Amino acid sequence: MHISKRDGIVAWKAWLVRLLAIVLALLVDAIIIFAVVRLNPIDVYASMFNGAFGTEKKIWFLVRDLMILSCIGIGLAPAFKMRFWNIGAEGQMLVGGIMTAFWMINFAGKVPTWLLFVLMIVSALIAGGVWGFLPGLFKAIWNTNETLFTLMMNYIAIQLTSFFVAKWENPPGSNSVGVINRMGDVKNVGWIGNMFSKGYNADYGWVAAIVLVLAVAMFIYLNYSKQGYEIAVVGDSENTARYAGIRVRNVYMRTMAISGAICGFAGFLAVSAVSHTISTSTAGGRGFTAIIVAWLAKMNPFVMILISALLTFMDKGASQIASDFGLNEYVSQIVSGVILFFILGSEFFLNYRIQFAKAKK
Amino acid sequence: MKKFLAIALCALMVLALFACTASTTPATSTATDTTKTDTTKTDTTKTDTTSTQPAQNTEPEAKPFKVGVVLVGDENEGYTYAHIIGVQKALENLGLGEANVVWKYNVPENEQCYDKCIECVEEGCSLVITNSYSHQDFTQQAAEEHPEVEFVAMTGDKAKAVGLDNFHNAFTCIYEARYVGGIVAGMKLQQLIDEGKVQDKNIDADGNYKIGYVGAFPYAEVVSGYTAFYLGIKSIVPNVHMDVQYTNSWFDPVAESEAATALIERGCIIIGQHADSTGAPSVCEEYLTKKDTVVYSVGYNVNMLSVAPTAALTSPTNEWDVYYTYAIGSVLNGQKFDTNSAQGFEAGAVAVTELGASCAPGTAEAVAKAIEDIKSGAIHVFDTKTFTIGGEEVTHAFATDTDGDWTNDADEAIFDGYFHESYFQSAPAFSLRIDGITELN
Repeated sequence: MHISKRDGIVAWKAWLVRLLAIVLALLVDAIIIFAVVRLNPIDVYASMFNGAFGTEKKIWFLVRDLMILSCIGIGLAPAFKMRFWNIGAEGQMLVGGIMTAFWMINFAGKVPTWLLFVLMIVSALIAGGVWGFLPGLFKAIWNTNETLFTLMMNYIAIQLTSFFVAKWENPPGSNSVGVINRMGDVKNVGWIGNMFSKGYNADYGWVAAIVLVLAVAMFIYLNYSKQGYEIAVVGDSENTARYAGIRVRNVYMRTMAISGAICGFAGFLAVSAVSHTISTSTAGGRGFTAIIVAWLAKMNPFVMILISALLTFMDKGASQIASDFGLNEYVSQIVSGVILFFILGSEFFLNYRIQFAKAKK
Repeated sequence: MKKFLAIALCALMVLALFACTASTTPATSTATDTTKTDTTKTDTTKTDTTSTQPAQNTEPEAKPFKVGVVLVGDENEGYTYAHIIGVQKALENLGLGEANVVWKYNVPENEQCYDKCIECVEEGCSLVITNSYSHQDFTQQAAEEHPEVEFVAMTGDKAKAVGLDNFHNAFTCIYEARYVGGIVAGMKLQQLIDEGKVQDKNIDADGNYKIGYVGAFPYAEVVSGYTAFYLGIKSIVPNVHMDVQYTNSWFDPVAESEAATALIERGCIIIGQHADSTGAPSVCEEYLTKKDTVVYSVGYNVNMLSVAPTAALTSPTNEWDVYYTYAIGSVLNGQKFDTNSAQGFEAGAVAVTELGASCAPGTAEAVAKAIEDIKSGAIHVFDTKTFTIGGEEVTHAFATDTDGDWTNDADEAIFDGYFHESYFQSAPAFSLRIDGITELN
């Protein structure tokens, strides 16, 4: 057997392979489901579907979560395109969230609401940006390992979050901040509200709109701007970039600041539009999941939204299966794990060609 | 080559298809069967109901009654497991079954809790229960939006202040069980003293025996619990001192083990706990059996004998089914139910688990007597004659916070000679730091 790299594959074929992968995954899952828990796979799939799209609210929950995930993915895109392994999105998101919560808790009702939003957004961008800039700076000057650096910045951010949770905890001793600005004079101040409807968290139109705009902007930035081109060149070869007169150091620092800032902005969205609280689980591992998103999408923001949709769909589906069939959530995670495995596996067949040695005589 | 690959792929596909049809054809039939059995299961439970309580099921084809249960963990986590058992027992008591409940497992304490509450409502639940303290705010948001559905935030403390008709809090008088747990520990300590097994390191400079307590968070629920435990021990052995080590987590086996180790190394001879894992009892067992250190454990929630057969004495525990039967039953029958509810031994809502083999002789009788006395009111756990603050008897303490600054400012809780715990609202309110207890961190 001989494995060789493919030069390229026609787009429709590529999508066909991916589709096949999903179909195969569903078949394998069907066998697993039947063999392990003796349930009808079709029922299980119906339940997954219902978990994600069952009602209008559920669709909004899905949209909300996939948009936040996409937002982080969009933040990671420029760094990854530069081959800068930013695995610090978790921390960048948390510091953005801390800043947002800071203004919401201390300044709600004391400054005009528009100013509050400006402060929240700007400080979240700056905080996330700093969290991304530092590893970029160290890489640019001392060529430190960015993977370790960004990873360790996560732990600092988590500790900072714990500190602020303890500082702002409500009630004291409970180790939770509770919902910020839930009642009284400052009710819902600093919350990104609904786009279409009344009430609380009835839709997440704004989150979706903001992230879509961000996706378009990032697509244009990466593909049609000078800076985007510089990122691509640095990613392909630092030496080529230097030869072409690109200031590699600046590109590192600038790109990482942008990357971190967008992740910080995702933290702002998570706190102001979604949870209205801050805790160490505000990022909830999404900073890491977004790495898969960015990679699978090959840094294309629009594809990222698709991939996020798929991952979020499976997540919602898994918890719905657990709820409907009284299964342990691990079983549902096996189901979504298999799907993920096949999709990742299909990338191998897209990039490589397998040839079986023919016995020539 | 390509052809071969194509053929191979096709063959695989066909095979897979076959495998699929082969597995799905019987599966579909069995599945429709299972769905059928599911519905028949409901039917059987219903017919069971009709056989036992014929009055309840006469209404025609109404939507099936459903309870939504939003849980912070799943059956692998002791605290949540106790709630699952509680709901199941309650359903059984009311002649209902699995078809009448919507479970939501592993729901984190953030907007996901709100999501799950809404999902429960959309799936037709007329009552939604969330089981973790920090679910409370998100439960309240769902309650504000759905006045037609009843919501209960277990262990919560805000329902009274919020004043929504459909938003409730509930807890148990677990402090009563902790007091009895303290009596069990006190009996053991007395036995160790009598048998001369107490060493110098177990006694502090003032001649008090050292007790340790692994606590989760420094707030009222925990403070009330450890004080009750301490007073229980003190009712048997008057000269004791207790150190409290916090883990800042409800469930963290590693942190709990470390805290217990630290306390044992300080010379504590009894380790109590208000944390959900088996960390502390396991450590006690190890010290007792392998390191020749005399130390015994009083657990929480679940019987710890499986992990600490010699070191575990007993565990105070909640019997959640008492409240769940009340709340679910009320909603089922269309009745209003209390905004706050906390019951103790009287209603059977708290208990201590099976006494370990290491318990001192006579413990069972002492436990039975203490429970009787608590029920009859002969003993009050927070009797102001049994403790002091700064050497003085306490005559005044508020139980409720009205202005939202988390300092209690209303409802005098000390009257008739004792602090009325869980009297004004279900969540524990006793947050006085009494003499004889030191919080280490």
